[in-house]
Amino acid sequence: MSAYRFLVNGAPAQVDVPGMRRLLDVLREDLGLTGTKEGCGEGECGACSVLLDGQVVDACLVPVCQVEGRIVRTVEGLSLAARERGALDTLQEAFLDHGAAQCGICTPGMLMAARAYLDAGGGPDDEAIREAIAGNLCRCTGYTKIVDAIAAVASPAE
Amino acid sequence: MPTRTLTPGAGVVDRALVIDPGQRIPGRAAGFPLRREGPAKLTGVAKYTDDLVFPGAWYGITIRSAEARARLIAIEPDPDFDWSKVVIATAADIPGDNVVASIKDDQPVLVPIGGEIRHHAEPVALLAAPDRETLRQLKGRIKLVTEPLPPVFDPEQSDHVFAHYDVRAGDLALGFAGADLIVEGTYRVGHQEQLYIENNAMIAVPGEDGGIVIHGSLQCPYYVHTALKRALRLSSVQARVIQEETGGGFGGKEEYPSMIALHASLLALKARRPVRMIYDRHEDISATTKRHPAIVRHRTGVTKDGVLVAQDIEVVMDGGAYCTLTPVVLSRGVLHAGGPYRCPNVRLRGRATRTNTPPNGAFRGFGAPQTEFAAEMQLNRIAERLQISPAELRRRNVYRLNDTTPTGQVLKESVAGEEVLEQALGASHFERIRERTAREAAERRGAGIVPPGPLRSHDRRTANGIGLALAWHGAGFTGSGEVYLASVASVELTADGRLRVLTANTEMGQGTRTVFPQMVANELGVPVDWVEYAPQDTAVVLDSGPTVASRTVMVVGGLVILAARRLKAEVEARHPAVPFHEAFRDDARANGATRIDQKFEPYPGVEFDDATYTGDAYPAFGWAAAVASVEVDLDTAEVFVRDVIAVDDVGKVIHPVLCEGQVEGGTLQAVGYATIEEMKLRDGKYLNDRLATYLIPTALDAPHIRAILVEAPFSGAPHGAKGVGELPMDVAAPAVVAAIHDATGVWIHELPATPERILAAMHDPGLVGVMERPA
Repeated sequence: MSAYRFLVNGAPAQVDVPGMRRLLDVLREDLGLTGTKEGCGEGECGACSVLLDGQVVDACLVPVCQVEGRIVRTVEGLSLAARERGALDTLQEAFLDHGAAQCGICTPGMLMAARAYLDAGGGPDDEAIREAIAGNLCRCTGYTKIVDAIAAVASPAE
Repeated sequence: MPTRTLTPGAGVVDRALVIDPGQRIPGRAAGFPLRREGPAKLTGVAKYTDDLVFPGAWYGITIRSAEARARLIAIEPDPDFDWSKVVIATAADIPGDNVVASIKDDQPVLVPIGGEIRHHAEPVALLAAPDRETLRQLKGRIKLVTEPLPPVFDPEQSDHVFAHYDVRAGDLALGFAGADLIVEGTYRVGHQEQLYIENNAMIAVPGEDGGIVIHGSLQCPYYVHTALKRALRLSSVQARVIQEETGGGFGGKEEYPSMIALHASLLALKARRPVRMIYDRHEDISATTKRHPAIVRHRTGVTKDGVLVAQDIEVVMDGGAYCTLTPVVLSRGVLHAGGPYRCPNVRLRGRATRTNTPPNGAFRGFGAPQTEFAAEMQLNRIAERLQISPAELRRRNVYRLNDTTPTGQVLKESVAGEEVLEQALGASHFERIRERTAREAAERRGAGIVPPGPLRSHDRRTANGIGLALAWHGAGFTGSGEVYLASVASVELTADGRLRVLTANTEMGQGTRTVFPQMVANELGVPVDWVEYAPQDTAVVLDSGPTVASRTVMVVGGLVILAARRLKAEVEARHPAVPFHEAFRDDARANGATRIDQKFEPYPGVEFDDATYTGDAYPAFGWAAAVASVEVDLDTAEVFVRDVIAVDDVGKVIHPVLCEGQVEGGTLQAVGYATIEEMKLRDGKYLNDRLATYLIPTALDAPHIRAILVEAPFSGAPHGAKGVGELPMDVAAPAVVAAIHDATGVWIHELPATPERILAAMHDPGLVGVMERPA
């Protein structure tokens, strides 16, 4: 056991756990951030996608020792600024408006992948959006409305 | 009532009262309520079962058989290990009947000593411990002593029949005698995994009254409730089932959650503390139910003009090791086996048998996708043989108003087969594109070198194809199912002046929690946010039946509307000349709560005879057409499904965004079924029981899906809705396989149409399973 320190959604976090403990378990069980979901535990479904220094990673494949001193962002941190105003951020609002979330279990991971894509300057191009979320499986939507929602944020309608 | 078509985004549906004053909602959702639990799901606040914290809870796991069939002689824990700090449960710990209550009660909760293990991964014993690490160490320390028994894997060789049906109409011999052409074909479909992204999850909390409270991911709270009472010998009050946020179901959380809830409960009762039974993906795929594999044989007589005169169809389904819902799946499969086509002389036979493979169960479409794939393939073969366009052949045979189905059901209304067909043909420019792909194929012919045959061109590696399919889907439960269910749904004005809808119908992504308040608000003339949706908790809501069979909006939604109308009438009668929205709060203050329980009454004029299997098999049918465009790599036979136009008649669109979501999602599941989703078995064990090996479509694999909604209302339901969940699942797979034929010239008769199967067929067209001969 040793202590690992990192930033989660802008706040400092410290956990005393084995270094090989999955970031997913640290977030969900040690820090109570259950917005990040487990779908397969082997990096196939993307339900546990979080941002590590701005890059999308599967939290089920990242041991916490690799997170020391780094910046983690989860779905709970997506709308921190917006939530102070009692609202969703633009991306979440677009998902809600377009019907891009159905059962919702892939949604947190999907939002994080979309956020990384948009933050990197991604545009409304359909193929590029699909490429960006190809690591995030959704069984409900057929992806159509997810792609539409991300495209709407990439190029807000007049 | 007339049929009408909604183009995407047109928003011509009657607007419900939905928007908060002053709130501006941009884009597509304008005029319709946003998903009620959407903000919670989008911010990570929504609690799914595994997100719930119960202090002091232990973790539970299941010890499963490693054989497909064996006698269980003994369960032997490793004597060198200290077992005092953990809990083991076996069949001997079951206080009631050792059955998972279902149609036949043949499935044990745990295999008893001396009992028969009937499939790989069958539950034999349970373990609970304070932490997962202990469980990992323990799992290998329980030895199952067994005596092997000979397994049966081929459903056609099995002598144990779960169910069989024989539906006849007209005179088959006479029909074939009048045919100009008889075509025979055999079609096969394999297992399909529902693959909800949230794995099965149950938490059992023991109560002080000796009872159990279940928190779980599930579709049907009262199915679990019934199972708990039976196996744990609990009263209706001692057994309580609460559905938590559920991350997808698709039928996969219809019956199997009963088993998991019982396992968690047995451990919780023995450990005297909450027990979490959370499956990982590997366990979920290897042990839980799949779509039934099927073999479908067709013998069809047609005139030279392409008019169907005789259909002799035999369906064999593989039920797996236990009955589960197999008789009902088979029934729906058989009743849909002829496809949406008029034919005077018909025999539909079906049987489902037992094999030593994990039990198969409910999955979106419930038997119909299997048999309608076969029906569409058969029709395509006939079209090819007669040199008639597949669109034209369907046009000539599709059911029209007042036609009669094989069960003798006269289609008196709500028939939209032609409408969906023409919409799909028009939107896809089907005939024009088909001419183009035929031209391209002709250009390739002769230029092709590899592989042999009229395939690859010298300059282009891929070929385009377009394919069409048509389907029908019986709305709601089959036959007298709804009459037996006798569902009750309620609308209540509470004593403190709140309005709420009470049903047992669950939200699992499809939108129940949004559309029920919407429908009630619309009836009552109040903003949708004023109407609450009570939790799906058996201590709170009555049994309004399971959330299955695309019945939620159609059947239960109808009850909810009728209850709202009665509530409005009652309150307004007490306050003459005051509209409900102004009167209800005063009414609650003066009169206390008013609750309307609305019980299902048989739809007028709908009658079915279960003994003879004749009459109205369904109160109405939904109709769907799909046109798929594919590109096939002629070297690797990889299939890229580029576009799907999906046209679905749902009777009445309640919420266009959610309704489109059902069509798009169902279409992609069908595309996966057609192309990549395949369970491989060896000795009754699923080989690809992980997400790395069982593949579902990603955003890059998914075609562009355009949903076109059609409304041909059903007069028996107050809103006219016929359901949407399953309909799109029936139609896209045969459309994709028809498109693969258009691109490659080969017919694939077995789903999925994998590159291996396509390459094999391209190299040896003789492999195909269809024979044709003049009558």
